[in-house]
Amino acid sequence: MKRIDHAEGSSKFIKAKDHLDFHDKRLWDLRKKRDRESEHLPEWEELRSLASAIKEHTLTHLADYLEEFERNATRNGAHVHWAKDAAEHNQIVFDLMSARNARTLVKAKSMLTDECEMRPFLANRGIEVMETDLGERIQQLDDEPPSHIVVPAVHKLKTDVARVFSENIGTDPKNSDVHYLAESQRQHTRPYFLTADAGMTGANFAVAETGTVVVCTNEGNADLSVHLPKLYIASIGIEKVIPRIEHLGVFVRMLSRSALGSPITQLTSHFRAPREGTEMHIVLVDNGRSERLGMSDFWYSLKCIRCGACMNTCPVYRRSGGLSYGATYSGPIGVIIDPTFNLRKYSSLPFASTLNGSCTAVCPVKINIHEQIYKWRQIIAERHQLPFVKQEAMKVAGKVLSNPKLYRAAVEGAGAGIEHLPRFLMYSRFNTWGKQREVPEAPPLTFRQWYLKNRGKK
Amino acid sequence: MSSRDDILARVRKNQPPPQPLPAVPTFDADIDSPLDRFKGAVLRMGGKVADPPADGDLDALIGRLFPDAKVVCSATPEVTGNRPIADARAPADLDDVDVGVVRALFGVAETGSVWLTEAEFRVNTLGFLAQHLVVLLDPSRIVANLHHAYHERAQFDARYGVFMTGPSATADIEGVLIHGAQGIRTLTVVPIAPLPN
Repeated sequence: MKRIDHAEGSSKFIKAKDHLDFHDKRLWDLRKKRDRESEHLPEWEELRSLASAIKEHTLTHLADYLEEFERNATRNGAHVHWAKDAAEHNQIVFDLMSARNARTLVKAKSMLTDECEMRPFLANRGIEVMETDLGERIQQLDDEPPSHIVVPAVHKLKTDVARVFSENIGTDPKNSDVHYLAESQRQHTRPYFLTADAGMTGANFAVAETGTVVVCTNEGNADLSVHLPKLYIASIGIEKVIPRIEHLGVFVRMLSRSALGSPITQLTSHFRAPREGTEMHIVLVDNGRSERLGMSDFWYSLKCIRCGACMNTCPVYRRSGGLSYGATYSGPIGVIIDPTFNLRKYSSLPFASTLNGSCTAVCPVKINIHEQIYKWRQIIAERHQLPFVKQEAMKVAGKVLSNPKLYRAAVEGAGAGIEHLPRFLMYSRFNTWGKQREVPEAPPLTFRQWYLKNRGKK
Repeated sequence: MSSRDDILARVRKNQPPPQPLPAVPTFDADIDSPLDRFKGAVLRMGGKVADPPADGDLDALIGRLFPDAKVVCSATPEVTGNRPIADARAPADLDDVDVGVVRALFGVAETGSVWLTEAEFRVNTLGFLAQHLVVLLDPSRIVANLHHAYHERAQFDARYGVFMTGPSATADIEGVLIHGAQGIRTLTVVPIAPLPN
């Protein structure tokens, strides 16, 4: 499988300056809104500790809680299915639909179904899948994966949406008024809700104590997807289970504050049992999660509640765009999850980080994201998954840094070198560092020279 | 081995050493007026608040708030409307409703949310297919925050329950906030105690 080249993907994104500037600004705006909310709650840090502890408790007792969830969901009249991997998940969904002669599926946003690449699987078997979240629908119509786990089309400008909608749902290509575009999607989608054979959601939380599926949304599309068709399917990653209803208080208080900077999503829906005369099916999906649980350095990533705060704060993500990661999950959380799916394919991603730790600081469940990024780099280097240039540079750096004399000579030489090096050497295509940067002026003395001169004689 | 047993066996084998489950406090804070706090939160989330009518005539209030509404469908006997909800045979039948009316069980001051279940909606789509929703709420039934809300444990035995907070919304295109995404375009809370009997 081809290795994803994050730098190459980013360079495409960076070329479109108006897109880049808007993307950077919009996501930083979400980060600032998140700050305002968290600073407003005196118990914010305590909530983070609680959320982290509840998740760690649950994950270290996960099998018991999954069984409890299954028991209660079954008692409620729902049917629980288990899928080892993406293929089994997709097959279960298809079988449920085809056994009931269901041909159309209205669905709410679910990163898990993107992870499983469910849409093409069903489409190839004659099932029409309608994404009903506005951002996800834009991406579906443009044949692109979501670029962000909360705002899937955040890399697009309204003019892009006007193009996509005019080509697909017959809007005026010259009209890029956001109200017009959103209203057009509402009008276009409504008939699908009224007639669909089946509806689908993901889940933000699955409560073991009651067998409840909790879905946090803003648009009303998840509820419309569930309350109209006769068949409701919820696809849930096994790490989404939490022990009790009262724990929702902790997570719901932090989810939308972290994601969008609003105190709660417009809708927090609790689906416990099918309504009269209909069916509710729950597919619990592993797809690599149980394996990740056994990785002593990396199992903490399973605490993730998919708020996207780490993406919004990440300077690399904001300036490279989600699609440059070439994976379902992008940004800092993607960087630590994706290599568990395929180390070789995603081996460049842990290098898409400055290791500034901002992701860790904003994470509502206290995942040590930047430390995990660093650990992935070590593993990738050990397993020789580094690109050749980086490997050679590291070898030289290793030698120089481990030998004080060599190091001093290099530092003194570099100062002189920077002043006298011809520009074509500094800013050539072999030195990617010089692509968008100017080297600062070198100080007249190295630190060691300065120290010996000023303090060394005492 | 079934996928179920296989997954559970692998999870059991790979689970890290057990960590304890912490107790969760309710983070009580002094609130002068839960109703005022609630109203402020509703407005922030894009909702509206209407004062209860002095003469108690809720149908007339709804007529004043929505003068162009053709179909008013109420799930509470406190409002008559002009489309009996009992007439709805299928959830899709409510697609032409302009104004839905429902009484919430309680509200949350912190977020401006109202709690509704299938018993209040009678037909769940009333809260999503209607263009506008009017929610009656007893001002004495407002809890301080979401911790207290989730301690109303019996509420979560409903088949379906939802915290609705303002109207449906989206900001998926350039972050421009649109009220009335796929569901209701407006949500108006009327703080009014239920009639005795």
